Amino acid sequence: MIHARLQLDHGAFSLDLDVQLPGRGVTALYGPSGSGKTTCLRCIAGLERPAQGFIEVNGQVWQDTEHGVFVPPHKRPVGYVFQEASLFAHLSVRANLAFGLKRIAPAQRRVDMDQATDLLGIGHLLDRQPHNLSGGERQRVGIARALLTSPRLLLMDEPLAALDTRRKNEILPYLQRLHDELDIPVLYVSHSQDEVARLADHIVLLDAGRAQASGPIGETLARLDLPLALGDDAGVVIEGKVSGYDPAYQLLTLNLPDSQLNVRVAHTSLALGQSLRFKVQARDVSLSLANDAQTSILNRLPVTVISEQAADNAAHVLIRLEAAGTPLLARITRYSRDQLKLHPGQVLWAQIKAVAVLA
Amino acid sequence: MRLTHFAPLLFPFMTIGAVQAAEVQVAVAANFTAPIQAIAADFEKDTGHKLVAAYGATGQFYTQIKNGAPFEVFLAADDTTPARLESEGDTVKGSRFTYAVGTLALWSAKAGYVDNKGQVLQHADFQHLSISNPKTAPYGLAATQVLDKLGLTAQVKGKLVEGQNITQAYQFVSTGNAELGFVALSQVYKDGKVTSGSAWIVPADLHDPIKQDAVILDKGRDNPAATALVDYLKGPKAAAIIQTYGYQR
Amino acid sequence: MPLTSADYAAIWLTLKLASLTTVILLLIGTPIALWLSRTRSWLRGPVGAVVALPLVLPPTVIGFYLLLALGPNGWIGQFTQALGLGTLTFSFTGLVIGSVIYSMPFVVQPLQNAFAAIGSRPLEVAATLRAGPWDTFFSVVLPLARPGFITAAILGFAHTVGEFGVVLMIGGNIPEKTRVVSVQIYDHVEALEYAQAHWLAAAMLVFSFLVLLALYSSRRARAGWS
Repeated sequence: MIHARLQLDHGAFSLDLDVQLPGRGVTALYGPSGSGKTTCLRCIAGLERPAQGFIEVNGQVWQDTEHGVFVPPHKRPVGYVFQEASLFAHLSVRANLAFGLKRIAPAQRRVDMDQATDLLGIGHLLDRQPHNLSGGERQRVGIARALLTSPRLLLMDEPLAALDTRRKNEILPYLQRLHDELDIPVLYVSHSQDEVARLADHIVLLDAGRAQASGPIGETLARLDLPLALGDDAGVVIEGKVSGYDPAYQLLTLNLPDSQLNVRVAHTSLALGQSLRFKVQARDVSLSLANDAQTSILNRLPVTVISEQAADNAAHVLIRLEAAGTPLLARITRYSRDQLKLHPGQVLWAQIKAVAVLA
Repeated sequence: MRLTHFAPLLFPFMTIGAVQAAEVQVAVAANFTAPIQAIAADFEKDTGHKLVAAYGATGQFYTQIKNGAPFEVFLAADDTTPARLESEGDTVKGSRFTYAVGTLALWSAKAGYVDNKGQVLQHADFQHLSISNPKTAPYGLAATQVLDKLGLTAQVKGKLVEGQNITQAYQFVSTGNAELGFVALSQVYKDGKVTSGSAWIVPADLHDPIKQDAVILDKGRDNPAATALVDYLKGPKAAAIIQTYGYQR
Repeated sequence: MPLTSADYAAIWLTLKLASLTTVILLLIGTPIALWLSRTRSWLRGPVGAVVALPLVLPPTVIGFYLLLALGPNGWIGQFTQALGLGTLTFSFTGLVIGSVIYSMPFVVQPLQNAFAAIGSRPLEVAATLRAGPWDTFFSVVLPLARPGFITAAILGFAHTVGEFGVVLMIGGNIPEKTRVVSVQIYDHVEALEYAQAHWLAAAMLVFSFLVLLALYSSRRARAGWS
């Protein structure tokens, strides 16, 4: 468990948060720039000292202003990945990596040099100087360097924001491996819904220094009362389980959580039972009163209408649906809504035009 | 304008010189600052000429004069510099004369520290004895001659501190950094007595005379005010003023 | 060589003074520069101004106040006398104190610029990698600020070599203790010993030129390289 209660006033900007976050998995701090994501992260690392604050991470109190407790940043077992990799310019890649490692007592090391360099694919860069690396390579070294302090909590401040799309796509798989292979809780600051959808298990939505929502990624992304649902990218993230593969058509079958309902998606074969995260965007979901088999649309699921909400454009509405307990969003025209006479509790069919596998 | 024009009529008792009132640029050794200011007031009143003085170190004036500085009369702190300028042809021949003879004093800012026979030098229970640089300052040279004559040179060797000039030698003593020092009597003397601390007026036979010579420079050759100033300095009125400042004539 | 043993003694003394002053200035200038480059305190302005004062004040002003302060009635003088050290005017130690004050901005300002250029990010990175403040200073700040330290040391040394007014005011021109090259040159000029003045002055000119040449060429070399 991570409990952070922070109050801070920088004149035009103020932060007033009280969040409880899971002590495992990836938690995204998501919000527009200026919403206080980075400040929150810096407070947890001890780089910033809020006027009022209480920070407890998995049973350890790092700050408690009421009782005069403030653990200085170098005594907090965190790894911090900055937006720019911020490698030490006077040290080689190897020496950068060793910087944190050699300051950790051997008995407390849980990540070693080989593991970190393998995980981030930087073994061939060790003897280079930072200025000879690409932006993506630099950021991977920065992540490995943070990991090598064997942190109890990894803080990542928009690690991909300074990179172009190609570099982002180069790093994302490494981050996903991190998530899968290391049991280190991560706080991940981002303003990219795509990154959040791929990486986060839990999301805290920040706006103007306040937490608007905090919850598991699947539920939270499907909430109509949050601005998350309004954007063009709005959609839900679903953690599916591989339940079959059709080699002839190269289609993978993924069951929805705790359900026999499934979707099929073009993919290579995977082991049965393996988890796979995919995203269904609201604009890719259409609704039909009947299960129309005479269509090219592969995935059709029986759903229940839960609620609706005006979209950011007057012609559209957003419909919140549930498919055997799994939330879905559909973005349809107001005209269609009236034609279908949609109302809460109504049962009908969702046709899913595209399923994007995220991992 | 109008006033100048009618001046001779309004002040009929003024000397003829006033009719041709002129200005004279004078380079004055720093140690003679106070006396020349007193003299200038009388000189301007009596002759109608105007005296414009620059104060500084004699060596520097030499360099400046050699390099075309516009001085017309030079009141040096020694006799060698004017002689040198004369031999190098930068002066009006025959104008050189001794306008003042300096008096050396052993002085301390502390009352009662220096006795009137200079016995304090023999005891040598001081840390620092301030003198001016004997290579460049006549008072410094005189001070070393005094020490030689008293047979104290070896005894005070490690305690000598040098000011670049007589002003600095005085400063070291007045701020207490040196307990005592050889200064120009003119620096601590006014109206016939020592103004502060304690002093021994060193007898003139213990050192060569500290002659301060003046000379009319090339640039002052045709300036009546330059000649007037030199004449004035030689006169009794200036002599009286000079003596009140601790100089001899 | 027309230089006398007194000239060589002055050169040796000058080098000794400049070296010692530079070492002391690097030691005390570093924390001052570090503080100036990091602090948000209102004292930053006043302290920065005091450090920079020798840049604009005539050396004679500093020398005059030092003469008063170090003297038997000055506050430093009272303190050193209480410690049994006597007064420091007319001593090598006094010159070192004067030079440290006089050359302070030439050391502090390059260091301050170097520290400011590093910024706070590498320090934060080091902290998140478990380096405490001292550790960070030695393992990150010092190596990153190395060009600043080189500039500071060269300027501090050269400026002390060129010091004149302060030495004149508090030195007392004592051979092998306080008679440095610049004073020796002044003496030669005053005594109209132009030949010797020329030799020493020329040596000083060449030295200063070489120092600045080294400084500027290394700057250009670095700029071209990175």
